[in-house]
Amino acid sequence: MQPTLRVNTFRQSLILSGLFVLGLLAVNLIVFKPGTMAVVTLSGLYQGMLFFLIAAGMSIVFGLLDVLNLAQGAFFMLGAYAGFAIYGALPAGTPIEARFIAALVGATLTGGLAGALMEIGLLRPLYARPVYQIVMTLGLSTALNEVVRAIYGPAGLVPIEEPPLLATTFTIAGGQFETYRVFIIAVGAALMVGISLLLQRTRLGIIIRAGVQDSEMVQALGINVRRIFTLVFALGTAVAALGGMTAAPFLGAYPGMGTDFLLVAIIVIVIGGMSSYEGTAIASLLVGLTRATAEQISLQYFNTPILASVSILLFMVAVLLIRPNGLFGRD
Amino acid sequence: MSALLEVQDIHTFIGQFHILEGVTVEVPANGITALLGRNGAGKTTTLRSIMGLNPPARGAVRFDGQALHGRKPFDIAQLGIGYVPDYRAIFRQLTVAENLQIAERRRGDLAARSAFIFEVFPDLEKLYQWPGGQLSGGQQQMLAIARALVPHNRLLLIDEPSEGLAPVIIEGMMAAIRRLTDQVGVLLVEQNFRVASQLADHYVVIEDGKSVHTGRMPDLLASPALIQKYLSAA
Repeated sequence: MQPTLRVNTFRQSLILSGLFVLGLLAVNLIVFKPGTMAVVTLSGLYQGMLFFLIAAGMSIVFGLLDVLNLAQGAFFMLGAYAGFAIYGALPAGTPIEARFIAALVGATLTGGLAGALMEIGLLRPLYARPVYQIVMTLGLSTALNEVVRAIYGPAGLVPIEEPPLLATTFTIAGGQFETYRVFIIAVGAALMVGISLLLQRTRLGIIIRAGVQDSEMVQALGINVRRIFTLVFALGTAVAALGGMTAAPFLGAYPGMGTDFLLVAIIVIVIGGMSSYEGTAIASLLVGLTRATAEQISLQYFNTPILASVSILLFMVAVLLIRPNGLFGRD
Repeated sequence: MSALLEVQDIHTFIGQFHILEGVTVEVPANGITALLGRNGAGKTTTLRSIMGLNPPARGAVRFDGQALHGRKPFDIAQLGIGYVPDYRAIFRQLTVAENLQIAERRRGDLAARSAFIFEVFPDLEKLYQWPGGQLSGGQQQMLAIARALVPHNRLLLIDEPSEGLAPVIIEGMMAAIRRLTDQVGVLLVEQNFRVASQLADHYVVIEDGKSVHTGRMPDLLASPALIQKYLSAA
């Protein structure tokens, strides 16, 4: 006896995703020189990983708590600013590597702690009131943007210094690419695998997957679901803050930096199928690759990256026409 | 001997609706007590009130002498109450194994109980790695009861176990429930009177949110007038 049904639909989703990847590669092959293609692919993965770091928590939280956390982008920004603060707070003479690692750890903890406080203090009274949640999370996002603007000024901060080991470029098939962006890809890939293992192999993962379907029954089994909600929400915001800090040496930090990513993350979650973790992971990379490809095409032919944002929306439309519930969404 | 579960004159509201208007039920530590009554009488709400899922606004629920008032559902469950809802609530994305693992309250609960569970429900051993969503209705019912047996529960609340099952499956399920009664007390909601009457030792009739009659099942079976009065349309 072998389970078949779920495996088949899952396989169909994988095949469809693979077809999109092949399509993107084909466009790349036709339009670009090999060096450009390598850089576009890496750049797509880099962008995709940043989208993933924001969207992962949002998608799991949406599945488990039925809350679309529109403040997730603000936690991305918070991570970047926390990184700057930690860089500045460490005594002069601290080696750059130590600053960098301290900033990564500190930003992650800051994001997690702030997320836990938000869930307990602001979100908990608003469960079962979806409209209030939207207003609250969006309002919090705006408020955090303004707080940051008030403290650090409207101009934003120049990118923080990256460790010398990563502050290099390398040549691939004739194209130039920054080592640091490969580091971001590696961080994203490690978290992608790590979160997947958490969901599939741990008791917390079993509880999350069960809670997505029926959190009342999980509670009736003797599990304190409230505590799980807080933990999962905090993990999601911690990952987003880590993403912001990871991006800070490249993007710097500026008020509203999370909002740009938030919009893409929402599109990613819709393409992936709302609460499917696999869908979110794969859709992040597909959106990143689509965006990078469109960006390069429009630079090449129109001298401006005008197609980048539009391409993501077109991609979403294409996916939803084929799969109205998203790549890995359930009917 | 005092009862394992004592429900005393509970009143429960869902939104603005006064669903339970005085339900009193006692369940002994062993044996099966059936809640009888017509559709919509408040039987499921009684179970949900005991679990704290729809906490009663008035009245008292005591389990093993402890008041359940103000406790959260997870806290009530941890005292040793297993809940098997009428919709079975099998986690479709989880395998049978994971559906059982999630019910562990201490590490090792499942290992300690799996021999007994597989003896009562041999199908589950064969289906152990299947996703819960692919089980048949009868298999899901078995799994829902098995899940309530994983931790050390002393009371099971089982809602409509025979609903939607074929007669031959119902026989197997009844035999399984009967086997549990030397280990746990059972409060059973059952529309199918034939099933309820064969399983239960005691019964409580609920009508329009009130418990109106209680007694021993053999006495009810001996009295066509009582059956006619309370259960004619059931």
